[in-house]
Amino acid sequence: MTAPAFRIDRTDRDGSVRLAFSGRFESTALAPLWSELRSEMLGSGGPFVFDLTGASAMDGGSMALLLGLKVELESARLRVEVVGATGGVSRLLAILGNAPPKPTLKGPPGRIGILDQIGQFAALIGSRFAENLTYIGDVTASAARAIVKPSTFNGRDLGRLVERTGADGLPIVLLINLLVGVTLGIQGAIQLEQYGGNIYIADLVGIVVTRSIGPLMTAIIVAGRSGAAFAAELGTMKVSEEVDAIRTIGLDPVGFLVLPRVLALCIAVPLLALFADVAGVFGGMIVGITSLDLSPDNYLDRTRIALELRHVGTGLVKSLFFGLAIAVIACRRGLATQGGAEGVGRSTTSAVVTIIFWVVVLEAIFTSLFQVFGV
Amino acid sequence: MIRVKDLAIGYGTRVLMQGLEFEVPRGDVFVILGGSGCGKSTLLRNLVGLERPLRGTIDIEGVTHFAEVGAPPRFGVMFQSGGLFGSMTLWENVALPLQTWTALEPQAIDVVVRSKLKIVGLDGYENHLPNEISGGMKKRAGIARALALDPPLLFLDEPSAGLDPISAVELDETIVTLNESLGMTTVIVTHELQSIFKIARNCIMLDREAKGIIARGDPRQLRDHSTDPRVLRFFNRQSTRSGAA
Ligand SMILES: Nc1ncnc2c1ncn2[C@@H]1O[C@H](COP(=O)(O)OP(=O)(O)O)[C@@H](O)[C@H]1O
Ligand SMILES: [Mg+2]
Repeated sequence: MTAPAFRIDRTDRDGSVRLAFSGRFESTALAPLWSELRSEMLGSGGPFVFDLTGASAMDGGSMALLLGLKVELESARLRVEVVGATGGVSRLLAILGNAPPKPTLKGPPGRIGILDQIGQFAALIGSRFAENLTYIGDVTASAARAIVKPSTFNGRDLGRLVERTGADGLPIVLLINLLVGVTLGIQGAIQLEQYGGNIYIADLVGIVVTRSIGPLMTAIIVAGRSGAAFAAELGTMKVSEEVDAIRTIGLDPVGFLVLPRVLALCIAVPLLALFADVAGVFGGMIVGITSLDLSPDNYLDRTRIALELRHVGTGLVKSLFFGLAIAVIACRRGLATQGGAEGVGRSTTSAVVTIIFWVVVLEAIFTSLFQVFGV
Repeated sequence: MIRVKDLAIGYGTRVLMQGLEFEVPRGDVFVILGGSGCGKSTLLRNLVGLERPLRGTIDIEGVTHFAEVGAPPRFGVMFQSGGLFGSMTLWENVALPLQTWTALEPQAIDVVVRSKLKIVGLDGYENHLPNEISGGMKKRAGIARALALDPPLLFLDEPSAGLDPISAVELDETIVTLNESLGMTTVIVTHELQSIFKIARNCIMLDREAKGIIARGDPRQLRDHSTDPRVLRFFNRQSTRSGAA
């Protein structure tokens, strides 16, 4: 290390301590010496004079250390005078040293305790509930407007949205539902083989996939793909003032942004679910052929017998509502975004979590309803 | 003409400004000055109807309730960040208000859109997306969109902030030219001074601590004759530092 380009000389005279600073001060070089100097000063009785006459330059860090010491000594009721600053040093002193720093306006963003979080959450639910009702009202109203007067509907994005949420998601929906069909097939095969009911594997896979698992898996995939995308998109538009711009043009953000997305998912999710059904049945068939000695013809014939229209139909009805819920919730979270990039992240996360929660709730509600009405 | 009476603005329980009173005569270029974070954008959002005043009234040409959805806009607004629709080209951005609110044929809309882009010096950029152009160009495109329906009243939030000095000067010139040639009332929010002296005949200066207007009038008069230390500090700080937003 090169020798520091500065000196600090102490002279005691008439009971006062004079520190003469000379040379060029850099905080990196000053720092190692500072704690020693600081404790030495705090140990001596004042008054003090900090003489900067010889200091030709000082960086911001050195000046901060110096003034920090001054404040410390002063709070110990010792008098400190800073004299002799010239040129750049005096300008720096004027910026940092004239007035004491303002007190910190608010505490650091505290770690919120778990009880506080629960309390805040409870308080939020009430106001959120009202806001959400208003929003659902807005969506319904603009849907009604669009039906009465189709020219108010923003159709320009619809095709692109259906393509992005539907067609682009098809490969992953097919793959996952194929694997689900295989899994169901293997689990079922183990049981059915014991009773010699090999052929009923087609019933099991076909009905479970079309009534329940196919639409559910599809909804969860769409939540992760399109739900997240909608929330992030609308959230970004919110924080970059695009949503405000829509309002100042006299358009309704709900009608302009939310409605096309709702319609897109109401089209795309049932279609995807239909493909999911096919993939799931195919997955079951692979298991039937490879480990239960069934022929493809056998398997498909049995599937045709087992699968009634109502099985597929209930699944598709459910999918329609899943699509509706995904779009409505995702857009709501997007439009409620506050703050910058971090806010967008929060909205996206909360959109996906909320959607999955409600999809599962809807699944339970529909399953019991279909049960009660015997469809 | 805009008439503001006993206006208080803020968010929730947090009051940013109170007791605001001012008038903007028709055809004027009116500047709202103040340091960053003092509530200038919030005031603008109240003026254009995006936020509700905590108290008081805003009267624009005799109307106190505005910005209702589903009606043609009564004025043009350019937002601090431009607020351009990221998924639309500049042409589509400017065309949207026209397609929504006029019965113009596609060919006529094209003519109007191109002329608006030309006014702000963006002819040729019709098919660019907002993320393909610079910050200054975005603001100019935002102005073009605000001008789309030829509003009698134009609100601009920090038009020159964050721009390099040359773009900033060009934008100021554009604003002056627009005001002189089209005669529209223009309300500009800014914390930058270089432009103010050139474009403003009238201003109010907001102050965060005072929570209100600390000075009003011709900015040159204020700079040369004000004795209020807060006003002088604002002008001095601005003349020694430049550019930064
Ligand atoms: N949506 C909002 N909710 C709550 N506080 C906000 C909101 N927007 C801005 N603020 C706060 O209001 C104050 C003024 O903001 P703003 O009007 O943008 O200031 P300026 O435009 O003068 O820089 C800031 O402290 C900001 O944090
Ligand atoms: Mg602002």
